[in-house]
Amino acid sequence: MYSVNYHRAASVADAAKLVKNGDAKLLSGGMTLIPAMKTRLAAPSDLVDLSRIKEMQGIKVSGKTVTIGAATTHFDVSNDEKLKKTCPALAHLASLIGDPAVRYKGTIGGSIANNDPAADYPAALLALGATIVTNKREISADKFFKGLFETALKDGEIITAVSFTAPAKAAYEKFRNPASRYAIVGVFVAKGKDGVSVAVTGAGDDGVFRSKEIEAALAKNFDAASLAGVKVPAKNLMSDIHASADYRANLIAVMAKRAVTAANA
Amino acid sequence: MSDVSLMVNGKRVSGAAEDRTLLVHFLRENLGLTGTHVGCDTSQCGACVVHVDGKAVKSCTMLAVQASGSSVVTIEGLANGADLHPVQAAFKEHHGLQCGFCTPGMIMAATDMINRHPEGLDEATVRAELEGNICRCTGYHNIVKAILAASKTMAKGAKGKAKQAA
Repeated sequence: MYSVNYHRAASVADAAKLVKNGDAKLLSGGMTLIPAMKTRLAAPSDLVDLSRIKEMQGIKVSGKTVTIGAATTHFDVSNDEKLKKTCPALAHLASLIGDPAVRYKGTIGGSIANNDPAADYPAALLALGATIVTNKREISADKFFKGLFETALKDGEIITAVSFTAPAKAAYEKFRNPASRYAIVGVFVAKGKDGVSVAVTGAGDDGVFRSKEIEAALAKNFDAASLAGVKVPAKNLMSDIHASADYRANLIAVMAKRAVTAANA
Repeated sequence: MSDVSLMVNGKRVSGAAEDRTLLVHFLRENLGLTGTHVGCDTSQCGACVVHVDGKAVKSCTMLAVQASGSSVVTIEGLANGADLHPVQAAFKEHHGLQCGFCTPGMIMAATDMINRHPEGLDEATVRAELEGNICRCTGYHNIVKAILAASKTMAKGAKGKAKQAA
């Protein structure tokens, strides 16, 4: 790791000032950034640690409205009793990220700011129609995720929370790479008052996306049987040593079926 | 450089460290606590697991300065003098180690797992939650046996204490 200057932010306002230092990066759980710095893939001059900012932590549930502070860890999301009642699919998704030690440190804000094409949270937030709240503005999830490791965030902009309305039914299913345990395909389905939305992670050439084919089939009848014979096009899907685009296209339909079954259970 | 100030195994320690110093290196090189191992150095193997503020974390993926102000427990801090911690005793009893390189991290992760599941553990849960700890010798069977046994011992201990308190 190259030399770096560490700053611990006491508040969001404090972090916004500190992040103007040199080529600073925001540090949350550090589960991606620290390994990237160790391999010198990232070499920020300064780190601004957000993990001790109280106002960025915790989960609020009011009726069907859920707000999760950006510095809330995967462990806390997966164990929150109110969230488990209101949107169990998201708590379950958090319990599938990394391993227990990673879940204690990694945060929802860090995960979506990084927007790894195989990360789990982007699929959930896109399917839930979530709002990403920053220290400057609110961004809808469909405008936030811009491609591989790309988001709508401007330099120095800090995600403070995400919020969404819990859908009537939702579930997440992922097919993991047996070695890395990252999603080769992950599918989040949600059936809310605005209809059905289905978001796919791990597969898109351009990161997380919504599957129109699966949404159209499920809009008629929210049942796994509706997906019999539905073909997901392999165009714009990733092909790599782990899986071909055709294999991923098939997996999307399979994971979607499992997710719908789980959502209806 | 920053001043890193920690409680390590119940003792207050402080020292200057470069901001890029990883917690595992601070523990091993500045404090001489070499029980915590560096295995893969890529957050996968779990040989470096320690407890920070009561939570099992990978100390190769955390800066020492990030932990400043926190309370850290390493493998050296588990035993009570000559009395092994129940998880250490169970690893010994059930032969949960061969070369021993992964063992400090296994024991710290197992202790955290048992603490998180006061209701008790089953084999499937233990195997799933050992996802972040890799052992290349044992094939895991005896590690799983040891953790299940320690979980039972610790539950009995907790009940014993509750009885004493009542």
